Amino acid sequence: MRTKATNEFSLEFPSRSSNEAFARSAAACFAAQMDPTLNELEDIKTAVSEAVTNAIVHAYPDTIGRVQLKGRVCAGNVLELTVRDYGRGIPDVDKARQPMFTTGGEERSGMGFTIMESFMDKLTVRSVPGRGTTVVMRKRLAPRVTSAK
Amino acid sequence: MEMNAKSADRNLLLELSGEIDHHGARNAMRELEMAIDAALPKKLVLDLSGVTFMDSSGIALILRAQQRMQLLDGSLMVCGVPQQARRVLDAAGIGRLVTIR
Repeated sequence: MRTKATNEFSLEFPSRSSNEAFARSAAACFAAQMDPTLNELEDIKTAVSEAVTNAIVHAYPDTIGRVQLKGRVCAGNVLELTVRDYGRGIPDVDKARQPMFTTGGEERSGMGFTIMESFMDKLTVRSVPGRGTTVVMRKRLAPRVTSAK
Repeated sequence: MEMNAKSADRNLLLELSGEIDHHGARNAMRELEMAIDAALPKKLVLDLSGVTFMDSSGIALILRAQQRMQLLDGSLMVCGVPQQARRVLDAAGIGRLVTIR
């Protein structure tokens, strides 16, 4: 069941590699309202960078397509980030999630999903070949003790 | 990302700075190879202390450096790794493959 969000954003951009930095910065800016630690912010930026790079490299290898990034603040100080594309899709998601597996050539390490998994609490990947891929990442940010005002 | 090369006595120091992501990966890879081919070092040191962000593109870059140095029968050391980049390397288990100081 979809949990209720207290705040959300959605943005869409073409699959140009110059948008990788934009996407991770946008996600970090949105997360800032949850009072994250510096480590948590870096985790979020890294995971978004991996997910968006996957869309750019694998979903649209020879074309420029649309990539959607959505963020939601959910109950329990949980940040949910969704990266969606409408590209080629992944024929075997389990295989793609294995460390060191890549179809991306020499510039890719095959560690993208491994890093998303280790930097976020939960990673869900849904893909339909020819229709696109949706990556949903959730991370609970540590509640911080704030002084009463 | 920027790369600054200093070479002396078949030791090559490459200082990387800025953000290492897929956007700059192709150029970075080419620059790295050109620097290694020009210096033919026995020892390569990759200094990441100026890196402000790194994702798995940095892993591919380091593994490529390692591969090239093995071909030259030389050694690679990665140093000055900032905390965020360190966690990326740790998540991928790169410390088992490459000397990180």
